[in-house]
Amino acid sequence: MQPILEMRHIHKRFPGVLASDDVSINLFPGEILAIIGENGAGKSTLMNILFGLYQPDEGQILIKGEPVKILNPSQAITKGIGMVHQHFMLVNPFTVAENIVLGAEPRQGVFLNIDYARRSVSEVSQRYGLKVKPDAKIEDLPVGVQQRVEILKILYRGAEIIVLDEPTAVLTPQEIKELYAIMQNLTAQGKSIVFITHKLNEVMATSHRVTVMRRGRVIGTVATKDTTPAELANMMVGRQVLLQVEKTPAVVGDTILAIEGLVAKDLSGERVLDGISLDIRAGEILGIAGVEGNGQTELVEVLTGLRRATSGTVRLNGADITNLATREIRERKVGHIPEDRQKRGLELDFTVQENLVFGFHYQRPFSAHGLLNLAVIKRHAERLIAEFDIRTPHSETPARSLSGGNQQKIIIARELYQEPDLLIAAQPSRGVDIGAIEFIHRRLVEHRDSGKAVLLISPELSEVVSLSDRVAVIYEGQIMGVVASNAVTEEQLGLMMAGIKSEHLHIAAQRSTADGR
Amino acid sequence: MGSVFDITLLMATIRSATPLVIAALGGLFAERSGVVNIALEGKMLIGAFAAVVVAFYTGNPWLGVLAALLTGALMAAILAVVSIKYSANQVVSGVAINMLAAGLTVFLMHVFFGTAGTSPSVERLPTLGLFTPIVYLAPVLVALTFVVLYRTPWGLRIRAVGEHPKAAATVGVNVAATRYVCVVLSGMFAGLAGAHLSIGTLSVFVRDMTAGRGFIALAALIFGKWHPLGALAAALLFGFSEALQIRLQGGGLPTQLIQAVPYIFTMVVLAGFVGRATAPAALGEPFKEE
Amino acid sequence: MADKTRTSSERLELLVPLGAIALGLLVGAVIIALMGENPLRAYMALFMGAFGNFNRLLGTLTRATPIIVTGLAVALPFRAGLFNIGVEGQMLMGALAAAVVGSNFSGLPMVVHLPLAMLAAALGGALWALIPAWLKARRGIHEVINTIMMNFIANAVLAYLVVEVLRQPGEMIPKTPPVLATAQLARFSDFLPGITARLNVGFVIALLVAVAVYYLLWRTTIGYEIRAVGLNARAAAYAGINVPRQIMLVMVLSGVLAGLAGAERILGFDRTLALGFSPGFGFEGIAVALLGRNHPLGVVLAALLFGALSSGGVWLSFTTDIPADVVVVLQAIIIFFVAADQIVRAVILPKKKGAA
Repeated sequence: MQPILEMRHIHKRFPGVLASDDVSINLFPGEILAIIGENGAGKSTLMNILFGLYQPDEGQILIKGEPVKILNPSQAITKGIGMVHQHFMLVNPFTVAENIVLGAEPRQGVFLNIDYARRSVSEVSQRYGLKVKPDAKIEDLPVGVQQRVEILKILYRGAEIIVLDEPTAVLTPQEIKELYAIMQNLTAQGKSIVFITHKLNEVMATSHRVTVMRRGRVIGTVATKDTTPAELANMMVGRQVLLQVEKTPAVVGDTILAIEGLVAKDLSGERVLDGISLDIRAGEILGIAGVEGNGQTELVEVLTGLRRATSGTVRLNGADITNLATREIRERKVGHIPEDRQKRGLELDFTVQENLVFGFHYQRPFSAHGLLNLAVIKRHAERLIAEFDIRTPHSETPARSLSGGNQQKIIIARELYQEPDLLIAAQPSRGVDIGAIEFIHRRLVEHRDSGKAVLLISPELSEVVSLSDRVAVIYEGQIMGVVASNAVTEEQLGLMMAGIKSEHLHIAAQRSTADGR
Repeated sequence: MGSVFDITLLMATIRSATPLVIAALGGLFAERSGVVNIALEGKMLIGAFAAVVVAFYTGNPWLGVLAALLTGALMAAILAVVSIKYSANQVVSGVAINMLAAGLTVFLMHVFFGTAGTSPSVERLPTLGLFTPIVYLAPVLVALTFVVLYRTPWGLRIRAVGEHPKAAATVGVNVAATRYVCVVLSGMFAGLAGAHLSIGTLSVFVRDMTAGRGFIALAALIFGKWHPLGALAAALLFGFSEALQIRLQGGGLPTQLIQAVPYIFTMVVLAGFVGRATAPAALGEPFKEE
Repeated sequence: MADKTRTSSERLELLVPLGAIALGLLVGAVIIALMGENPLRAYMALFMGAFGNFNRLLGTLTRATPIIVTGLAVALPFRAGLFNIGVEGQMLMGALAAAVVGSNFSGLPMVVHLPLAMLAAALGGALWALIPAWLKARRGIHEVINTIMMNFIANAVLAYLVVEVLRQPGEMIPKTPPVLATAQLARFSDFLPGITARLNVGFVIALLVAVAVYYLLWRTTIGYEIRAVGLNARAAAYAGINVPRQIMLVMVLSGVLAGLAGAERILGFDRTLALGFSPGFGFEGIAVALLGRNHPLGVVLAALLFGALSSGGVWLSFTTDIPADVVVVLQAIIIFFVAADQIVRAVILPKKKGAA
């Protein structure tokens, strides 16, 4: 049987990163192919190339055996490719029918033939078993139904190849089951589906074959019935050369941070944090592992006073700091290295000097009586530049001109200088070169060795495991388990990250070192 | 005081509301497609002036109206290019256009008429029945706007572009082209509103005669929740406050303070309602095509 | 490499206003030519009118004084990402306060009376800015419409008070009673024979205010926080800065400056408040702030340019058939090009691949 879709030897390079490295996949008619991998594995880039949003540097795309060029989404649609994005492309105040026909509206003279639109939407909806009400407004619909509208949009335009990009990221368990049924129905009617996910149980439940990607490469493609979650997890995280951080065993002291039953909700009332309880003690690094989007960002926001907790408490050195203002929390010796240094951690148009006191500028000795003490600030900057080896022409260079690693060093230098009791480091090595990463890791360990606590959040499993003393895995706003980093395997962590609780795994010495779970 | 509220007040309300509702409709198209329309004031002023100039030289007020439409469209086109193609800050560009309009009209008044404050009288638009033609045109435009926006494919796309331009782009809608058309249309509407002020009511152009009506029209748009019928209702309300203010003058209350009423009213309305009003989601954000 | 990027982007910052001025003068020349006049003669007349002799030079500085301060009043909130279009109304309120305090309280020594009048002006402007400031900081209502409305309301209130309540009897134009000698800002013409320009101490104060604004922005914690909020409000919040409070603070400071601009006119230039004393100083302030790239030095220079153009325009209308209003058009065109700075960049800069 000839594949309906082939992508051969696709190469795609962005500045600084090889997103697709000789990637080849194929898709047969009527099958569900799952593409699985961690964040940054290259799955989305590949699909964006297929959908015409990017152009490959090298490689070919063949549809039904014919080579094609897809220069934009409209062309992809004409060739029968439809994509349901992770972030829906729906106009919220519009109805279902309006969203589906937008851009291909049925007309009656100069008017929009809304009756015809309604009827065709009903017809397509019935044909594929995707129940929707054509006149319902998108903003009133639950996410699962919205997704059905997205699928209908592409079916309405005659898609044969359907790409679902992380479709279950936003669905409830019940809606996920409904989606599985929809997928079965579609393939029974001859459609072919590419299903992108990082969740192993979904792969096992739905797909015929699965392609595993890591760091822009295809690691392998197997038939789903011939493999197991453990094997897939292994392929996903791989046996990489770990950046082994040398550290002595933790000398642990009092509890510095105690989080209990923390709940936070987003604007639509959904729980983004669903009862988090954690302890961090002096002299240890607690790492939080998990795929991005499972609540890590929100947890940090609550801890730093940027998001309201609806219930639960956060105690620092015994004092309740729940829902205090950011400045007050920082004054109580909580340091923060934000996950997006450019948007949240730095003022790119300030000088290196100004950035090195950002957030502490109003305190002595940097200022007195409301006046900045420029000489002190400059001396401080020069000292930190030397100590942290921040590569910059001089202290008055705008931070924008520095490399990612050096920008990160600014933030780390600034926060570490204050010797915070708790240092929250979110994705500290994101976009940073190897040399700077080693430096950053060393400083974090030194901080821990000086008797302070570090909360590390990173989607890079190897970083979390090698740096942390204990690892907590977060999944959908909950903690799946807290384990000693030297007592757990990466596969076990991979499974936890994919939603399997630690008590279902056999992890040595779990009980004696973990707290709370 | 009972003599204040009578049929002439109603007529004055309608006359006052006319430029507001027409300008607001223009603003509606632009803002619904996602482009902030601070420059309604400037476009109205230019339209008012162009109408008088052309009416002066041709003796035909209808040609004046045409001139108003064209100059409004032209000013809007400049704003469109700057905001859409060059992604300039839409508020700053709008303010610049307003300044340009204010300066140009005074300057050209000197050049064409040699006067500083008021232009010479021109042939006014004829009164048909109770009102001049543009007043009758206003409800027609409201109905037309409603139909276009909610019953045609084009209106659907405009609204899509203003709410979620990326979604529209992924189904093949040309976001930039849609916005260009809407902004130019808003210029034409604003120009028409200005024409009503000059040759539809008085028969002269007075410097700065728009007196903030462009901003009040914008407030009416916001208060009317970016819906043509809402804008009509809001414009009538603001028109009423203006008509009332004129009526109350000479009635014992200080004239100058009463003149402040429409503006105070606008602020109160905005303070009370903007929090709940839902603007088009992508309003004011330049859309960069990949 | 980093150094090159820095100076080239600084050079860019300077090029845009210069480019805008050049383009503006060019378009202006075209307009003048279309009127059948000689652009070079016109620009020569402008120059002579602004700088032709010592008196005219002082006149230019006088004309520039209020817009130095209003320009600073607009530039400061711009640094925090806010657009205060209400400077005109805030200036009017400040002028009103200065006129009331300045024409009353006889018997006070100058040491007390003058500062008191200026303080009143500052307060007047600050209070007028407070309402839109609060609406923005606490309710998120865009400051543009509100400040514009406040301008119109200020005009109305001023008109009422000057005509009905405070009016000095016996005068042709409505104006307030004269400012007492103890509240006056000294005019340089009092010491210089043959000078008619009403340049006064207010000019020096304006320059000092520019220095103060510079100092505030780059030497104080408040200025640090203002700039941080303007450049990246999110990062500022992450660093613990109270963003709503900074918004209110900077708007109120802006009102203070606007009020002081009014004070110079009332206590120094006119010694009374005549209705219509402002040909739109507040709006010129916006133009000047944009042209001066919101930097105190840039604002002073831009104000001097605009002051020169305005002064020169009067001379132009005397010596040619070109109305003085051409200056307003020129200024508006320059501002348009500043606003559309991308156009300027496209025209002036050599083709750059992926410019900074």
